[in-house]
Amino acid sequence: MHIVVCIKQVPDSAQIRVHPVTNTIMRQGVPSIVNPYDLFSLEEALRLRDRLGGAVTVVTMGPPSAVESLRKCLTYGADRAVLLTDRFFAGSDTLATSYALSKAIEKIGAAFCAPDIVFAGKQTIDGDTAQVGPGIARRLGLVQLTYIQKVVACDTAAGTLTVERRAEGGTQTLATRLPCLVTMLEGVNEIRRGTIQDALRAARAEIVTWSAAEAGIEDVTRCGLRGSPTVVKRVFAPPPRAEKAATVDVSGRPAADADALLDAVVARRPALATDLATLIAGY
Amino acid sequence: MSEKPAAPAPAAGRAAMKKELPEHFKAYRHVWVFVELERGHVHPVSWELIGEGRKLADKLGVELAGVVMGAPGAGTLEAAAEAFAYGADLVYLVEHETLGDYRNEPYAKALTDLVGTHKPEILLLGATTLGRDLAGAVATTLATGLTADCTELAVDADKSLAATRPTFGGSLLCTIYTLNFRPQMATVRPRVMAMPERREGRTGRVVPFTPDLEESAILTKLLSFMPDRTSAKNNLAHADVVVAGGLGLQSAENLQLVRRLAGAMGAEFGCSRPLVQKGWMPADRQIGQTGKTIRPKLYIAAGISGAIQHRVGVDGADTIVAINTDANAPIMAFAHLAIVTDAIRLLPALAEAVTRRFSPHSRDRIAG
Ligand SMILES: Cc1cc2nc3c(=O)[nH]c(=O)nc-3n(C[C@H](O)[C@H](O)[C@H](O)COP(=O)(O)OP(=O)(O)OC[C@H]3O[C@@H](n4cnc5c(N)ncnc54)[C@H](O)[C@@H]3O)c2cc1C
Repeated sequence: MHIVVCIKQVPDSAQIRVHPVTNTIMRQGVPSIVNPYDLFSLEEALRLRDRLGGAVTVVTMGPPSAVESLRKCLTYGADRAVLLTDRFFAGSDTLATSYALSKAIEKIGAAFCAPDIVFAGKQTIDGDTAQVGPGIARRLGLVQLTYIQKVVACDTAAGTLTVERRAEGGTQTLATRLPCLVTMLEGVNEIRRGTIQDALRAARAEIVTWSAAEAGIEDVTRCGLRGSPTVVKRVFAPPPRAEKAATVDVSGRPAADADALLDAVVARRPALATDLATLIAGY
Repeated sequence: MSEKPAAPAPAAGRAAMKKELPEHFKAYRHVWVFVELERGHVHPVSWELIGEGRKLADKLGVELAGVVMGAPGAGTLEAAAEAFAYGADLVYLVEHETLGDYRNEPYAKALTDLVGTHKPEILLLGATTLGRDLAGAVATTLATGLTADCTELAVDADKSLAATRPTFGGSLLCTIYTLNFRPQMATVRPRVMAMPERREGRTGRVVPFTPDLEESAILTKLLSFMPDRTSAKNNLAHADVVVAGGLGLQSAENLQLVRRLAGAMGAEFGCSRPLVQKGWMPADRQIGQTGKTIRPKLYIAAGISGAIQHRVGVDGADTIVAINTDANAPIMAFAHLAIVTDAIRLLPALAEAVTRRFSPHSRDRIAG
């Protein structure tokens, strides 16, 4: 069983600040982490490997510094890591990213062993598009199974996978054929700490690094900004409301302040008094 | 960019300049909305998008089409009729036995083939689990651009789709174009766009489309479907009054104060994203860009700074009340009413005051 897991190194979004004057993102000193959603997919891949044997390869496209995130995945127990890095990739949108990653996965298949399952994160915390996983699946001609909450069964002999998928309004149980691409839902498993042996191995491990050419990408115009059909035209701060928020005077006594606030609410929208009375009566 | 390492200058690629559209894209016209029909039920986001699509189509002077897919007779005709009532000019009716429950393979193939045959200029989908799963596959197959989770859609002076979404970081929006590829695709989350008016008796053309599908060729099989228990689902997206807490409340225990006030008001409760990340509240209570979009009559935000990803989830609220110790917090730029005070002290008092004033059981009730 060979499983490839796609991850992304992202800035720890909770710590990003926007410069109040220039409206630019202040990234200095912001630590990088493995995209948290990817870890649920990594954990699921490791569990399958532990149960069925085989190997887990993690892959990312990113700047050279992304080796740190790959190394982190090795400490969790991944067997091998591949970094796809090249200046041609800068500015990739989801279509260009899925192209580059799918090429790298094909190359991983040729260099090591064709994957039975490709995992990707549900989405990233910096882009939040949820498009790269499906994009890779399409490019590799794999069935895609997104929003998976449980891997029910994996039968390598029969080449089948059964999963529970979160759908609108319910849960689907789906069976499909390997190979396929899976994205896991958040919170569906608990990420392991990894053993001391894993940590030692990770510290020493050689991380395979490929340029675009080494990954077999002949047409670099399909990568980066040039390969991205979407274009960011304008970045701007949202306009404030025409009227500034009316401020309720504060006395310091919570009971009085609460009343003053309710007065102000009802003064602005008298109908809310009736709405609230109805809601409370019905509750 | 091939000569020089990329500086983060967004509009430097080839795609950044609008060129004369390639010949094979010139036939792409009209605005389409994918009508998300599952188990006989249309997701309301589809009607919200029909409302938005109507505006874009009128601006472009083209027709608005709904795309209805499903097994024959499984609510497809009803969905088409509703699409007309909400404003569609025509409906592409894609019926096939394999399109019963949603599966990516037959849906992606049918929608891709429909696009190839009838060529829309703009294709909109809801950013639901279904819509995102489908949009990603279709956009990649068509090798076109897809902008996720837009909060605003417009047609600019040279008739391109301008799709605006919050960007990475916390207080910025960006406008994204797909200039030289067709169709221009975007997803929009439920409740971001207003529900359009429904006009009884409004009709339009039905254009049937027979997809080339065969069950035996589809690798994925549905073994079972377990519907959610409706009682287990919260009503956050549709509540009239919502009370929410943010990091300013400082601890998981203090979130009780939010729950209690919501309980006293007969309201729903929610939170900002960091509280979900800390495990203080379940993910389905998160409000904002990556959580729920709400449109209540009254929204009370306690200890929430008002980052753009939060703001876009509450911009549709009629009255926004901010309880915050910082008079300069970003939320002050879009709240209607603000009280600069400690939410941890105010929330219990507010719960009491609400009960005192509005509860029908209280003797000294003042009705407005
Ligand atoms: C891609 C992406 C998607 C995101 N999606 C979402 C989303 O869907 N929803 C969302 O909410 N966020 C989202 N975020 C996060 C968002 O950018 C902010 O980080 C987040 O909204 C901040 O939460 P907060 O206001 O609770 O915390 P903070 O920004 O820490 O603000 C706390 C506020 O509480 C005030 N305060 C402190 N003490 C008190 C007190 N005792 N009483 C009253 N006020 C007090 C402070 O003045 C401050 O204004 C997203 C971020 C990214 C990058």
